[in-house]
Amino acid sequence: MANSRFWLYFSSPKTFYPFAGKLVPWCAGVAVVLTVIGLYLGLLVTPPDYRMGNSYRIIYIHVPAVWMSMLIYMVMAGWAAVGLIWNVKLAEMMAGALAPTGAMFTFIGLWTGALWGQPTWGTYWVWDARLTTYLLLLFLYMGFIALRSAIDDPRRASKASALLAIVGAINVPIIYFSVKWWNTLHQPFTVAPGQESKIDPTMLWTMLIMVFAFWAYAIAVALLRIRSEILEREKNASWVAELLDSSQDTSSEDNIAQEKSAQGDRA
Amino acid sequence: MAEPTKHESMKLCPKKLGLFTAFRLMLVRDLTLAMRRRTDVFTTLFFFIIAVTLFPLGVGPEMELLRTMAPGVIWVAALLASMLSLSTLFASDYEDGTLEQMVIAPYPLSVLVLGKLFAHWILTGVPLALLSPLLGMQLGLSTDAIQVLVITLLLGTPVLSLIGSIGAALTLGVRGGGVLLSLLVLPLFVPVLIFGSGAVEAFSAGINIDGHLSLLGAFLIVSIVFAPLATSVALRISVE
Amino acid sequence: MLEARNLECTRGDHVLFNNLSFTLSAGELVHLRGSNGSGKTSLLRILCGLFMPTNGEVMWGKENINDLREEYYQEISYFGHLNAIKDELTGIENLKISSKLADIELSEQQALESLEKMGLYGREDLPTKFLSQGQKRRVALARLLFSEAKAWILDEPFTALDVAAVDLLQGLITKHLENGGMVILTTHQDVALTLGNKARQINLDS
Repeated sequence: MANSRFWLYFSSPKTFYPFAGKLVPWCAGVAVVLTVIGLYLGLLVTPPDYRMGNSYRIIYIHVPAVWMSMLIYMVMAGWAAVGLIWNVKLAEMMAGALAPTGAMFTFIGLWTGALWGQPTWGTYWVWDARLTTYLLLLFLYMGFIALRSAIDDPRRASKASALLAIVGAINVPIIYFSVKWWNTLHQPFTVAPGQESKIDPTMLWTMLIMVFAFWAYAIAVALLRIRSEILEREKNASWVAELLDSSQDTSSEDNIAQEKSAQGDRA
Repeated sequence: MAEPTKHESMKLCPKKLGLFTAFRLMLVRDLTLAMRRRTDVFTTLFFFIIAVTLFPLGVGPEMELLRTMAPGVIWVAALLASMLSLSTLFASDYEDGTLEQMVIAPYPLSVLVLGKLFAHWILTGVPLALLSPLLGMQLGLSTDAIQVLVITLLLGTPVLSLIGSIGAALTLGVRGGGVLLSLLVLPLFVPVLIFGSGAVEAFSAGINIDGHLSLLGAFLIVSIVFAPLATSVALRISVE
Repeated sequence: MLEARNLECTRGDHVLFNNLSFTLSAGELVHLRGSNGSGKTSLLRILCGLFMPTNGEVMWGKENINDLREEYYQEISYFGHLNAIKDELTGIENLKISSKLADIELSEQQALESLEKMGLYGREDLPTKFLSQGQKRRVALARLLFSEAKAWILDEPFTALDVAAVDLLQGLITKHLENGGMVILTTHQDVALTLGNKARQINLDS
């Protein structure tokens, strides 16, 4: 029961706002540090691939971006379901806050994939099952974001987009298997991405570090977005008014920090 | 039909009318309405014909090339035609307040939606499938392949109506709704497109198409069960 | 008995009303008042379950209307700003469909008679697009003649009606109340029904 009270406590925007504010700098810091370490290891320490030479190093961006984009869609759909079923405002906001980051990772994944494909298979784009599904994932993200921004009423916008995210998440596996079947029906490619033979342990570690860096980045950015959305949606609530008043007094350090990050959100 | 709604009906509509009446009410009403404004139906059909006709003009008149492209071209055109007609699926009910009355009618909303969708399929999917032999011949498909094309269209177009109705319900009254609708539902149409046009291609290549047809059938069953439920949730969100 | 408990409604960033509680019992008429934008329509839509209040709940008997759903919808008849009739269909067709949607099967004859009662004699078979605004409103209101719903939720029902139709509708409402029905309505027109002490007033402005 204490557990449920814990969740109830954080599901209120009022308590979540300062909590998120405290988390953001930590996540951002972790993201920066891990990215620097990961890039250092990836670009300077790990050995070149025996077959692809140095061009393979883009996988340190590519693979984590792809993982994150798929994971974020599932997490987004999960929050959307929680928001829609139990009518939790914060969960709906969470789904909305994750979407732009997920779309960005998908775009990075496609872009780096194309750049990697050119030296590897001599073409920027192949109609491979994974690439095609992945492109469709980008479309799903775009649909989600477009629907959310096209509806003026924030409540309807978040509910409608939540339902779309759930429908999309159910369809992703169906789309993937259809595309895969379609792909085997037509000429299969000899070199599929991902079949990279032996992986050096340092490569694996570097990749994992980059994954965690992306994780931290995604959480930090999502929390920032949620904070600004909370302020916007709850601008008539008394606690927001108090928060803004007291931060104008510049009396408490905590509030200054909060106001700064709130400004950061808008930037 | 979805199980939970059936169960509800036992409890809720014990008087005179059952679920089937609700289904038939919307079906008959929408068909009557379509008869009174026939142009809507014909617009969709002409769009289908024109879209397919543009392809030979775009890629050249080589029959061999057109024959290989035919299943894909016809299916994509059917997809777009069906999607265009979806944007008007709930629009007039939304504007004149009928949708509100449907939402607060003593029937499960999903059954009313299913009735509307069946009407939509009769008005778009069936005519598209019946017209497709003509277009198939234009693009040089063999008679047998055309038969397969008609079967896949008959199996696949109801799925398009069902899945598309979720998008149509979500974009009700939203600015730029029509374009937005295509952004939302076209990615979801991909599996139907793949197996619909794939079946015709496979048939022409002499491959057994039972798998394709069973999968299309499976999509149909799954979407009949779930899409009306999702659509009714979306409609409730949209009428708020 | 229809009961509103601590309703709060926000539209955009605007709190329209909060802590609104009232009950509506059998035979009772409530006149909902308030200036434009005070949330009258929103409140009626909340009572119908079309709109979710930010806070609070609506109870029918002992149960929340969101749990009752279709069972509750059988008990109410909502009449909104929009007529919910189709321009392409005739008055009779419209009436038959809207009644059927409320789970009431009308014969051709019944539909015809009730439209005549609503003063649409000779126009029953015209597509409603050829009718005037007030006549369309009459077609829409005709379904109240057969309504078996206990609670009528009427949003500006007198708009666009002439004197005769207003009287007719008032008669309908009075009869419904006498039969133990309940009515909640909004109107900016003063009609005999809402003057005097017959109607309980709820003012959203105060």
